[in-house]
Amino acid sequence: MSHTPLLSLQGVTRHFGGGRYPWGARRPLLHALQSVSLSMAQGETLGLVGESGCGKSTLARLVVGLDRPSCGRIEWRGEDLADLVRRDRRALARRLQYVFQDPLAALNPRRTVHQALETPLIHLRGLERDARRQHLETLMASVLLEPHHLQRYPHEFSGGQAQRIGIARALAAEPELLVLDEPVSALDVSMQAQVLNLLADLKQQLGLTYLFISHDLSVVERVCDRVAVLYFGQLVELAPVSALFKRPRHPYSDLLLRSAPLPGKPSRVSELQEGDLPDPYRPPAGCPFQDRCPERQARCLREMPPLAPIGDAEGHSVACHFPLG
Amino acid sequence: MGRERDDGSRPGAWRLLLNNHLAVSGLLLLLLIGLLALAAPWLPLPDPDATAPVDRLLPPLTPGYPLGTDALGRDLLSRLVWGTRVSLAMGISATLVAALVGSLVGLVAGFAGGRSDGLLMRGIDMLMAFPYILLALAIVAVLGPGLVNALYAIALVNIPFFARNVRGVTLGLARQPFIDAARLSGQSRSRILLLEVLPNVLPVIVITISTTLGWMILETAGLSFLGLGAQPPQADLGSMLGEGRKLLFTTPHVSVIPGLMIFILVMGINLLGDGVRDLLDPRLKSGALSRPLPRTRVERAQTPTLQEEPTSLLEVRDLHTGFSIGRQRYHAVHGVDLDLASGQTLGIVGESGCGKSVAVMSITGLVASPPGSITDGAVWLQGVELLGAPLARLQALRGGAVCHVFQDPLASLHPLYRVGDQLVEAIQAHQDVTRRQAWQQAQALLAEVHIANPAQRMRAYPHQLSGGMRQRVCIAMALANRPRLIIADEPTTALDVTVQAQILGLLQRLRQQHQVSILFVSHDFSVVSALCERVLVMYAGRVVESGAIEQVISAPAHPYSALLIGCIPTPGQGPLQTIPGSPPALDRLPEGCAFAPRCPRVQERCTEGEVGMTRLGDGRSVRCLFPLQAGESP
Repeated sequence: MSHTPLLSLQGVTRHFGGGRYPWGARRPLLHALQSVSLSMAQGETLGLVGESGCGKSTLARLVVGLDRPSCGRIEWRGEDLADLVRRDRRALARRLQYVFQDPLAALNPRRTVHQALETPLIHLRGLERDARRQHLETLMASVLLEPHHLQRYPHEFSGGQAQRIGIARALAAEPELLVLDEPVSALDVSMQAQVLNLLADLKQQLGLTYLFISHDLSVVERVCDRVAVLYFGQLVELAPVSALFKRPRHPYSDLLLRSAPLPGKPSRVSELQEGDLPDPYRPPAGCPFQDRCPERQARCLREMPPLAPIGDAEGHSVACHFPLG
Repeated sequence: MGRERDDGSRPGAWRLLLNNHLAVSGLLLLLLIGLLALAAPWLPLPDPDATAPVDRLLPPLTPGYPLGTDALGRDLLSRLVWGTRVSLAMGISATLVAALVGSLVGLVAGFAGGRSDGLLMRGIDMLMAFPYILLALAIVAVLGPGLVNALYAIALVNIPFFARNVRGVTLGLARQPFIDAARLSGQSRSRILLLEVLPNVLPVIVITISTTLGWMILETAGLSFLGLGAQPPQADLGSMLGEGRKLLFTTPHVSVIPGLMIFILVMGINLLGDGVRDLLDPRLKSGALSRPLPRTRVERAQTPTLQEEPTSLLEVRDLHTGFSIGRQRYHAVHGVDLDLASGQTLGIVGESGCGKSVAVMSITGLVASPPGSITDGAVWLQGVELLGAPLARLQALRGGAVCHVFQDPLASLHPLYRVGDQLVEAIQAHQDVTRRQAWQQAQALLAEVHIANPAQRMRAYPHQLSGGMRQRVCIAMALANRPRLIIADEPTTALDVTVQAQILGLLQRLRQQHQVSILFVSHDFSVVSALCERVLVMYAGRVVESGAIEQVISAPAHPYSALLIGCIPTPGQGPLQTIPGSPPALDRLPEGCAFAPRCPRVQERCTEGEVGMTRLGDGRSVRCLFPLQAGESP
């Protein structure tokens, strides 16, 4: 492992809206991501966890270059990602690929699987016809689909199969890092297991690095090395997966863990609504979790806690004034 | 069954069009006229422009002049055929030009967005704001009268229709994930526009063409009528009409004949155009044209009789529900039995497409009909057979004693009414109370499902609430009329884990407080086990295992249940199990056990005949010849 991380985010912030209307009134400003810093080493799987609306997908789009941060810097092997995109967006697409949440929506309904998979081979790898044919066959085999599936249209596939096609398309570029945006949340449990096992095999065979986004902690626990917990656009806890599951330090991580249903276990959460997510147009001063936090104190309302190292587990940090013991 | 798919077994587009009699008559009319117009040079017609002052204004049916002659003695039949040829050619080429330019503008504007979009569309708006006849007059005034200039004028005037329609669709498509995916696959913007967006916009362009073609022919006729289009002596329908106008009272046939031709032509185009639109419009395609019946059609061979007094609140016996699409029959549910006692919770678990939703929707006849129908079985609720009950009785039960809570609370609440009004409506539909009383009851219901500030939330619109709160509102609505049974169909699947846990807790408390039974449908064993006492596992339209939830989870008897439980990731367990293969197609169910092709324990006998339910004791049963023993893995 080299010293430069594969991917690093430094104070990445993304706003939407903002500025002023032509007639001078202020335009509402939405904070999607606030000053997120983290880095990924080659070969690891980093889980990104949080509720809907917490900025997970915004972060994913920033990382693959579909969107640009309002401020802060994303680096790929020490090089500015924005520069890379500007110079050659295909060069970036050869290193970083994206697997979408809704597998069917990510495939053009009017193009065959063959056409969908061929596109990256032509435009990103510049392969000739014969080489493409060979590659397509190996690709289909690697995601456990038959070669005759190539001539079919997306609607002829089940969700699990469609997601495997999505993975095949991402792999066609031979990337180093795959951003998996809720790759299994639209699938049935049986399909989910298939796709998760496939992802694990591919990672081992191809030496991939995964950024795995999910709202399901039990899935994250299975596939990830480290977990980043995102709440309201801010990183609230970052820890090795075993440390987080054994002893979550942020009250929000704890709530997430308690909420996950387990087969054969009754629910462990009270049905009472513990406050809502803050209004993203008017973020509160202090900790964003204050409304829902059982440990809230006066300081939490005033001061946003910084992400700081905690405990004995290496690489465990939490953004909380009063972390759980 | 929610997803719309066109399989090979569905009737093809061509056959659907042929089923539409009006469209077919329009098509035949057009074909006839089109052939006539095309064949004009070879037909034994006199020269349409040859004048013969001696034979002027002959009435129709004169020997040698089947439709008579006009003021210059020209044969009207010949002029009609040649004139139709010109009008059709004009209308079609003007439409094609407008379609090409308009679609291009729409595509670029919708895809580029931002400033280019604004600029292009404001230009289109200006074009639209101009009275079209004035614009056409201005163009003709500058370029001089003539057919080609009239064509430009009409094409230009109609560009906005195409530009606006295409831009709207493109705008929606440009934000689709598959466009992002194409971008990440290295395609350039122009290729994305051409290869990814255009094929999806094409139906809209065809629809717009088919609905504007008739209009364009009328406009061409209008310009020629004013003398701005076809110049004498050339015939086109509009100019023929114009020439006959002066003689309308003395010799009406000179203007009536071209008038009738315009009418027939435009009528034919519009009839066909409507047919094409019905065919291609995705909204109409999804079944909006076929109005569903107020309840699912019941086509039972015999009415079942009650063998013994029902002891449970809900008893479903041998339920068969299916869908007829084209010539295919999809057996979504075949032979489901279930019992639910008062105050109990029963979970139904299975993969998507296993028929769990269809089974519970059949209870109150909510399966859309057509294409759905119930072909066998019986549903007893509190001793009343529902499938044979009169509609009024069923409607009184829906939202009264039996309530549904669906997966997507945003889709099940009306977006334009306040939450309070919707609750009040639900209450007043079943109870004879004043609006003020109903409002108070509704407020109490919101408090009951633990919505903070109920008085304030009553005035909120659904989009102003979070997903979890919306589902609470739906549950409050289900509780409005003291139900005996709540049917919850994946009520937490669309929610975050934290909210899911709260909703499950809420349902649990309500069940205990109100002694209401809950029928809970989910694809997730872990969610079901958080709420339910008993569980049914469904596969390919059948119940394959039933029993108490702890027993089924700790020692599943059916290999399918065992595999399904093994798929759930739980902390600190070995590798995830998977189920090889996929569920069978519902129109071609295999002989014998439907799970046999995927079953690791399959034996010859499994595929030989019907596999019945076997009782295992402890209220458990399983549909398997070789059930798993406790502790055995499949």
